[in-house]
Amino acid sequence: MVTRAEDVTPQRYPLREFLSRWLLTTNHKEIGTLYLWLSFTLFFIAGAMAMVIRLELFQPGIQFAEPLFYNQMVTMHGLLMVFGVVMPGFVGLANWQIPLMIGAPDMALPRLNNFSFWILPFAFGLLISTLFMEGGAPNFGWTFYAPLSTTYGPPSTDFFILGVHMMGISSVLGAINIIVTIFNLRTPGMTLMKMPLFVWTWLITAFLLIMVMPVLAGVVTMMLTDRHFGTSFFSAAGGGDPVMFQHIFWFFGHPEVYILILPGFGIASQIIPTFSRKKLFGYHSMVYATIAIALLSFVVWGHHMFTTGMPVVGELFFMYATMLIAVPTGVKVFNWVATMWRGSITFETPMLFAIGFVILFTIGGFSGLMLALVPADFQYHDTFFVVAHFHYVLYPGAIFGTMAAVYYWIPKWTGHMYDERLGKIHFWTAIIAVNLTFFPMHFTGLAGMPRRIVDYSLQFADFNMVSSIGAGLLGMTQVLFLYIVIKTIRGGDPASTRVWEGADGLEWTVPSPAPHHTFETPPPFPPIMDKDEGTPLNE
Amino acid sequence: MTETRSNQRTHVVLLFSLAVGMFGFAFALVPLYQVFCEITGLNGKTSGRPADPTAIPEVRASDREVTVQFLASVSNGMPWEFRPSTHQLKVRLGEIYTTDYYARNRAAQAVTGQAVPSVAPGYAAKYLHKVECFCFRQQHLEAGEDRHMPLRFYVSDDLPEEVHTLSLSYTLFKVPTTQAANSVANLASIQQ
Repeated sequence: MVTRAEDVTPQRYPLREFLSRWLLTTNHKEIGTLYLWLSFTLFFIAGAMAMVIRLELFQPGIQFAEPLFYNQMVTMHGLLMVFGVVMPGFVGLANWQIPLMIGAPDMALPRLNNFSFWILPFAFGLLISTLFMEGGAPNFGWTFYAPLSTTYGPPSTDFFILGVHMMGISSVLGAINIIVTIFNLRTPGMTLMKMPLFVWTWLITAFLLIMVMPVLAGVVTMMLTDRHFGTSFFSAAGGGDPVMFQHIFWFFGHPEVYILILPGFGIASQIIPTFSRKKLFGYHSMVYATIAIALLSFVVWGHHMFTTGMPVVGELFFMYATMLIAVPTGVKVFNWVATMWRGSITFETPMLFAIGFVILFTIGGFSGLMLALVPADFQYHDTFFVVAHFHYVLYPGAIFGTMAAVYYWIPKWTGHMYDERLGKIHFWTAIIAVNLTFFPMHFTGLAGMPRRIVDYSLQFADFNMVSSIGAGLLGMTQVLFLYIVIKTIRGGDPASTRVWEGADGLEWTVPSPAPHHTFETPPPFPPIMDKDEGTPLNE
Repeated sequence: MTETRSNQRTHVVLLFSLAVGMFGFAFALVPLYQVFCEITGLNGKTSGRPADPTAIPEVRASDREVTVQFLASVSNGMPWEFRPSTHQLKVRLGEIYTTDYYARNRAAQAVTGQAVPSVAPGYAAKYLHKVECFCFRQQHLEAGEDRHMPLRFYVSDDLPEEVHTLSLSYTLFKVPTTQAANSVANLASIQQ
């Protein structure tokens, strides 16, 4: 009896294979997928916290959440949405798309890429575990102002500090990787001013990350030493100053809000030309406007602190500097509208989300201008008006932006078209729900309803009930989105190479689904687009 | 290809140094902020160091008088009674005045406190010079002990015309015991 080698089926270790594939991967597409799923998972966790908040605010009085637990929900919802959902979501898109869009074989530093992703599950595991600790999770709001987070912070604050350090390291390493990739691995012929706008906005975002995430790390380190090592950076008793916390925090915090939106600008600038079948209007002004916004973001932090007793000169400076940001932002909105002007527009789901982004983000921008006015801000400060403002810029900005990007590029990722009918249902329910949830907050805020408080006066009851109903609907649309994504991964009409008739760029020259390795030799630029291809419009 | 590699290395090193530099910058913001407020008098911060009384010009530019109001408040958890002995003084610019604040420890154990001054209007803070102040160092009171804490100051004669009243307010903070231990060392280093 002779046993030949090929007769023996090799022993398979499915678990080991699975782990080594995902734990040790250095492939930008797989890491991008990991980032996106992490972001999506945390989106549901942080969204569930928002549901608790809206359930409690459905009626005045205290029904479901104790005040302390309510505060923990508000804090964790904010922290997870900012650091766990929006930022990893955009990094995931960057990982998938930047090498494809600049014709690079992979990210420049693939192992660092793996490391920056795998820090995150541990950082957020640590952060979420504080919910189960004695004394509860952090309860001082996502801005963790001293002395709430130093003298009065719960014991779990130290876990929060470590978690922030870890995700800060992850973001900085990810940003370094993105910049090095963009500077070194562009295909010959693609000069900086010929890069797609998504790549441009991410380049600027990455610089912002490197500049401000270390400042965040610094401020939480000061908190840590104030709490345990006898320093008094923020304690007046030892010669420190609690207001200084706000200065350092917002020096990080304001560029951070542009980190949360600039990639969204890039996504809109990719999608709108595709479905308008025109070139982007004013490419150069788009680039310069993005750079201007990034630079201005460093000199406007004071507008978060108008009510801290700042001198009038300071208030005036920060007010005018803030209002100046409306100029480059206005240039961008104008360019998007001008791109659509006389275009031959079709309204596929990515385009719907992109247009929703432009319109609702502009509303959020206008309420931001109102908040920038010093005399008015004294009324709006710390009310639901602020909540309405930043949800209008973050939900339709960052979240709609990410969803538009997913619908736009998922045929390239999976090789399948998503279900257009379900996508449209998703968009229309989402846009109704977003407005139902957040628009009434403008009114309650102007009427004086303070934020971050578990209970409210009776006169705000009706508007809050509307908000809560909208929030429930908004929560349900995310389940639909999850279903659409899974359905697309599992099957659907095959996507062509170019996917969209009007699409332009290197990523649309590789087959769908994109093979594991792409652009091992630099592709020609400008790309040779297949004229006949492009999935026919479904309407 | 090798050129790309060495380029990449340079970029990584530069960007990493930028990140480390920004971490340092966060800490540099602390003294920068203090110095900025002290020079401009923003935030109503007065100088943390005694003023030199010999700096007062011999001949006064005017006989202008302004009112200086004294205020006191105690932060949460500070068990001291704390009030100014005089609530307001009419002062002539460029002349040194002496007043005091009264403090009594109502707790059953020794407590260390730190008074933090603030001047309103904030932009006038840099014209109020303290020759001697209990706020320059931490104050220690045994259980039940009380003390009149002296304050010597003058208002310089370049005080803007429109200022008629200055409010000097002190907030008294309890120094946590860990920091109080350090303060003994601080005190020693100041006195040297």
